[in-house]
Amino acid sequence: MPEMTLIDAIRQGMDEELARDPNVFILGEDVGVRGGVFRATMGLFAKYGPERVMDSPLAEASIIGVGIGAAMYGFRPICEIQFADFIHPAFNQIINEAAKMCYRSNGDWTVPMVIRAPYGGGIGGGLYHSQSLEAFFTHTPGLKVVVPSNPRDARGLIKSAVRDPNPVLFFEPKKGYRLIKGEVPEGEYLVPIGQAAVSRPGTDVSVFAYGMMHYYTLQAAEKLSAEGISVEVVDLRTLYPVDRESILASVRKTGKALVVYEDNLTGGYGAEIAALIGELAFTDLDAPVRRLAGPDVPAVPFSHPLQDWFMLNPEKIASAIRDLSKY
Amino acid sequence: MELSNDLLFDMYWTMLLARRTDERAWVLHRQGKIAFHISGIGQEAAQVGAAFALQRGEDWVSPYYRDLALMLALGLTPLEFMLSVMGKKGEPSSGARQMPSHWGLRRANVLSHSAPVATQSLHASGVGLAIKLRGDKKVVLTTIGEGSTSQGEWYEAVNWAAIHKLPVIFMVENNSYAISVPQDKQMAVPSSADKACGLGLPGISVDGTDIVAVYEAMHTAVTRARSGEGATVIEARAYRLTPHSSDDDDRAYRTREEVESHKKNDPILLTRQMLLNKKIATQKKLDELEARAQVEIEQAVADATAAPYPAPEEALHPVYAEEVARA
Repeated sequence: MPEMTLIDAIRQGMDEELARDPNVFILGEDVGVRGGVFRATMGLFAKYGPERVMDSPLAEASIIGVGIGAAMYGFRPICEIQFADFIHPAFNQIINEAAKMCYRSNGDWTVPMVIRAPYGGGIGGGLYHSQSLEAFFTHTPGLKVVVPSNPRDARGLIKSAVRDPNPVLFFEPKKGYRLIKGEVPEGEYLVPIGQAAVSRPGTDVSVFAYGMMHYYTLQAAEKLSAEGISVEVVDLRTLYPVDRESILASVRKTGKALVVYEDNLTGGYGAEIAALIGELAFTDLDAPVRRLAGPDVPAVPFSHPLQDWFMLNPEKIASAIRDLSKY
Repeated sequence: MELSNDLLFDMYWTMLLARRTDERAWVLHRQGKIAFHISGIGQEAAQVGAAFALQRGEDWVSPYYRDLALMLALGLTPLEFMLSVMGKKGEPSSGARQMPSHWGLRRANVLSHSAPVATQSLHASGVGLAIKLRGDKKVVLTTIGEGSTSQGEWYEAVNWAAIHKLPVIFMVENNSYAISVPQDKQMAVPSSADKACGLGLPGISVDGTDIVAVYEAMHTAVTRARSGEGATVIEARAYRLTPHSSDDDDRAYRTREEVESHKKNDPILLTRQMLLNKKIATQKKLDELEARAQVEIEQAVADATAAPYPAPEEALHPVYAEEVARA
């Protein structure tokens, strides 16, 4: 199997879907001749032309709103928001329009659309190129929210997202675009939306993570195995709708649960996982559910010492797991 | 342009049916039989003139909440409207999920819209883009109040349509007030059509109480759109003869004298007089139309009153497209 980077896998998945279905097209800022600021669409403009890899005006609400209209006519747009931090002008279109369209029209109108957005810090991006925003969207019935953590899943998940008949938020851990490499099967495959994966089996502590934090958690688990702590790592992959059974099965096995997420602690996505475990697996627990997350400051600051203070890393995660394992 | 007698007669009938339906809803509200009504009284000529210039059933429409007359012209029935104001099962826009006058009618290519204003404009540009990408010969009409042209999403939508020469007609139904706020607190230009020149497309302002003027302006814009020459902004000037909604008291912000003075330009009266002057209809024929409207509307009220409410469990679906078959 060839090894590729996360961003190459996402691009390959989109390329295959563009080739498969003439209704698929890409819409966003600088996605055309430039190939996207992260190069996620590199080469696709030359291959498919300006009508299928379309540069939008610099107006995020319009990227989503125009995508919704095209989707209702029968297209399957892949809308790129250049940085997740810039998604807020489109919030109304996503929350009030795309997410509610099927319900509010009693199923007459649906919005098959993918919204790709690079998210997360640790890249020197400061407050407005570093945000993790999944919690806004996992609070919104009508949307699906997907976060890949490795190239194999990324290729299979983006293809599933394009084929999904609903609006799918596809948050990509941008720090991992070229850092995370892995083997990707040749030939056609899909990774289903709505299924978590046990990425490392273990017996002492369950850690639930996604995206970049999942990558770091695997590193922490490897380090702790040398200390005799067996960590089970669950990659959530789809945040909404969440795979409850996989989460509960892991907790029942280990009896200890840590949720790791990069977003601010309070009201972050991990709070929902903690609540789920507390409600449905209370008698299986032999320690309190713990969360390890970003601090409750508005966003990731720019200067390196400040950014490092904000960001989680394998050492901080290992420390939290070690602490929980002793409970 | 010479409009046929049959066309003028049909347009008047649709206007009259809308007016009497609208008035009946006000009475139902004052009787305590419905919870809410939002009116289009005074805007019937603008709406019916616009609708009749389309190929109804082929072209697409992205409307706003005052468009009762437009919707009746597109095939919504008085019974369907009464089901909507009563929140009854079978209401076609949303299965009684949405408040009344939040339109949507798949069988007539009418998109579902929400309550935050100007979101529908972007959907129209998206449909326009899709029509162009497909090479279809259809056009899209989207309507909006003049106050809502203050929203960024309206500018973004018009900008998109101008850049790509999309087959969209942006009709601004300027009824002089946005709830309580008059036009001069919404814009510095004398007409919302003047905004078009800054975006690079034609903008024209017509007397929205003159159904012939509206039809002719729309016909020109539709011809332009269908032939690939691009979008047009049309302002149809009218006056909102009722309060904003059944929950509004317009005495707080305008005098009775002002409202009375505009009743001279009631589009129903003006169009009726035109039919008499041109000898398209006799007074007897007009009286018959009144009687016919009354019978049709009373039957609609009776049928809607007898209709069942949705079962509570219908509120559970369809959140996602996969559930549509179940709903």
